[in-house]
Amino acid sequence: MTKATNAKRMSMIVTKGSLDWAYPPFILATTAAAMGLEVSMFFTFYGLSLLKKKLKLQVTTLGNPAMEMPMFGMHIGMPNLVSAMPGVDAAASIMMKNLIKKKGVASIDELRDMALEADVKMIACQMTMDLFEYTKEDIIDGPVIGGAATYIETATKSEINLFI
Amino acid sequence: MADQILNVKGLNCPLPILRAKKALKDVPMGGTLEVLATDPGAVKDFEAFCRTTGNELLESKTQDKVFSFVIKRMS
Repeated sequence: MTKATNAKRMSMIVTKGSLDWAYPPFILATTAAAMGLEVSMFFTFYGLSLLKKKLKLQVTTLGNPAMEMPMFGMHIGMPNLVSAMPGVDAAASIMMKNLIKKKGVASIDELRDMALEADVKMIACQMTMDLFEYTKEDIIDGPVIGGAATYIETATKSEINLFI
Repeated sequence: MADQILNVKGLNCPLPILRAKKALKDVPMGGTLEVLATDPGAVKDFEAFCRTTGNELLESKTQDKVFSFVIKRMS
């Protein structure tokens, strides 16, 4: 927080990097910023991959027992087991991306651009970068690199703190 | 008649709000923006957006599955 304002603040810890889990943090960040809040996002573990220059986001049916896709006029469940079959996750990802386009839902790339444009502060977790061997060149311009203390300082000044 | 009109028909949450916020920047203080949307969630969302940002929701109505909102820029 560089400027002292009376705006309310929201901070988020973003821990997951799959296509479905990427939506809540970016939707909430862009909306909160549009509503006048100062927003910070701390990207750690698999969430860090959402800062990569080229996003290749996928969904998986594995560990996602409630996942259903609208097909043939009904909802078809995606049993955990089918994830073991080659190509199933890729097909589910393509299906999801088609639905996203068809239903007028923004892409993650778009939402991320809008978040940056709205001055959402992004923090890339230094430890995760070391752990998974990411360099500054792998991630987009804009995020600062920091650790837990950077997040905690932001969180203590925020009315809303979310872990996603 | 509003000063400006924004068409966000076919767009889903949170795009109607984000586009409206952007469009409001070009509306002079006290001026009005009319937003046309098809996302049913926008009805509650524009109420919440206006309450939180201090802008005034002058009108909210539905016609032929199109929702229209008139917002007066106050902030």
